[in-house]
Amino acid sequence: MIAFIVRRIWQAMLVMLVMSMLVFLGVFVIGNPVDVLISPDATQEIRQRVIAQYGLDLPVWQQYLHFMNSLLHGDLGRSFVYNMPVSELIASRLPATMELAVIAILLASVVGIPLGVYAGYKPDSWLSKAIMALSILGFSVPTFWIGLMLIMVFAVQLGIMPAGGRGETVTLFGVPWSFLTPTGLHHLALPAINLSLFKMSMMIRLAASGTREVMLTDTIKFARAAGIDEHTILRKHVLRLISIPLVTVFGLELGSTIAFAVVTETIYSWPGLGKLIIDSITSLDRPVMVAYLMLVSLLFITINLAVDLAYAVLDPRMRKGGGK
Amino acid sequence: MTATLSKPRTSFGFWAEFCRHPAAVAAAVAVVAIIVLAVFAPLIAPQDPYDLSNLVLRDARKAPGYVGQGGYIHILGTDSQGRDLFSAILYGLRISLQMGLVAGAIAFTIGALVGSTAAYVGGRFEAFVMRLVDLQLSFPAILLAFVVAALLGQGKSQLIVALVFSQYAYFVRTAHGAASAERHKDYVEAALSVPMSGWFVVTRHILPNALPPLIVVATVQVASAISLEATLSFLGVGLPPTEPSLGMLISTGFQYLLSGRYWISIYPGVALIVLIMAINIVGDQVRDQLNPRLKK
Repeated sequence: MIAFIVRRIWQAMLVMLVMSMLVFLGVFVIGNPVDVLISPDATQEIRQRVIAQYGLDLPVWQQYLHFMNSLLHGDLGRSFVYNMPVSELIASRLPATMELAVIAILLASVVGIPLGVYAGYKPDSWLSKAIMALSILGFSVPTFWIGLMLIMVFAVQLGIMPAGGRGETVTLFGVPWSFLTPTGLHHLALPAINLSLFKMSMMIRLAASGTREVMLTDTIKFARAAGIDEHTILRKHVLRLISIPLVTVFGLELGSTIAFAVVTETIYSWPGLGKLIIDSITSLDRPVMVAYLMLVSLLFITINLAVDLAYAVLDPRMRKGGGK
Repeated sequence: MTATLSKPRTSFGFWAEFCRHPAAVAAAVAVVAIIVLAVFAPLIAPQDPYDLSNLVLRDARKAPGYVGQGGYIHILGTDSQGRDLFSAILYGLRISLQMGLVAGAIAFTIGALVGSTAAYVGGRFEAFVMRLVDLQLSFPAILLAFVVAALLGQGKSQLIVALVFSQYAYFVRTAHGAASAERHKDYVEAALSVPMSGWFVVTRHILPNALPPLIVVATVQVASAISLEATLSFLGVGLPPTEPSLGMLISTGFQYLLSGRYWISIYPGVALIVLIMAINIVGDQVRDQLNPRLKK
């Protein structure tokens, strides 16, 4: 058991190291940041000084070692464009993405699970069929397109929703949040709905197939035989039985929601991490790109590790099998 | 001793079954129609949208139904440079389809060969490849494609690499599953006892029998490649402006959406959605028909 955990953590660290090399090499290949950093009419002397200052004259492997060294000391470097430490820059953008992602996932669960349970409970009703058809639509229509549609209908045609931005924020624990002010919530609504629709489709399908299976089990037959009313059965038994896979997915999806936020944030000019990475790609801001990609890799590797370890604890077969 | 030992499946029966589902038939017709429109775009489109001498700035941003300087009706309106939107969409479909099909074909080939080879060779190689594939599948495809596209920069071949990289793992997993099932069947043992080379057995015996599930994955993956390409081009990390795919058209129309000129962005989007949905519906139907568990 302990050997498995140690090996799994070791593997995760190895993957992280390989990712850091790939990311660093990849980012190194694109564009020449010198053109962004220095104006074309700067003197040769200034050019040399700036290049040396950022260490851009060193070979790649030296830059990588230097980068890893500062990374291990908690230093992610300075942004070329914003001229501030990358860690500060990311910390200032992270709350906006987090509140968007968390609200989107909550929305997907609160709306998706009841719809899914209903569709699984009465699979032959027309409403269930409509729900399932809509969930297929939610899967196959690209997120950015739904985002455009929402803007066109609610912001342009009806004029009742803002088309972008974050609205007023209020500072709590030293961090600005949108969801605590009325205008902030107003601005948050469309992007959160946009981001949640894909997850909602998934929640609907998971809840529906789970409910269909659970409804056929003896638990439900006996509960009905005992005369418990249908509402209580659904709430007390069905919901509890289908909740385990749903909770797993809930956790897993937080990571991918943050990744998906790139699209939604771009459409709604939401000042979060996704917008930052797109801007840094267009402006060749290498330190920001490297930091963002490393952060996302870390997030996914940690989530996968946590899931593997949780399963290892829960499933006795995994403890011996080595987790293939 | 050839692959004819596999169970005979008449293509006639397959099509008869397919034709009993009106939604699937409609989707298949739509896919074929879109492919024809895309292939013959230069003959069908009223103008060559990327020949600058055809463009008249006075025609810019006109609503659908406007009769322009060329003397014909712009049935879907014009864009910010006076380009006929219907023509632009036909040319955009060409690029989108091309990207989806090329990326899908390369991912299919890599995935089928790697997956069936892993199943054939077994041992550490199999364990290593499948572990790698599992690891990759735990990242969302859009994230992988986004990262690779961002790292490689804009361009057709760069984008194809990004799409293939984010999708080949699905093919490896499917081919591996199907090939593992075939690996220990008698006909493979018989072929190996002759003896034939491993490569020959993999490509001539195992792969053809592992094809049906791969074809299903391929339809879904082509649709998702088209959707991914559109998303990446919309974000500005996909194709360069010289290769105006549907995603690019939607992206350039986005700024006019806010001022009420909806058609520049909406109609390319409708074309994209119809294409993706139609491929998915056809893929679903084929999957249901090839799935023995659903046979009554």
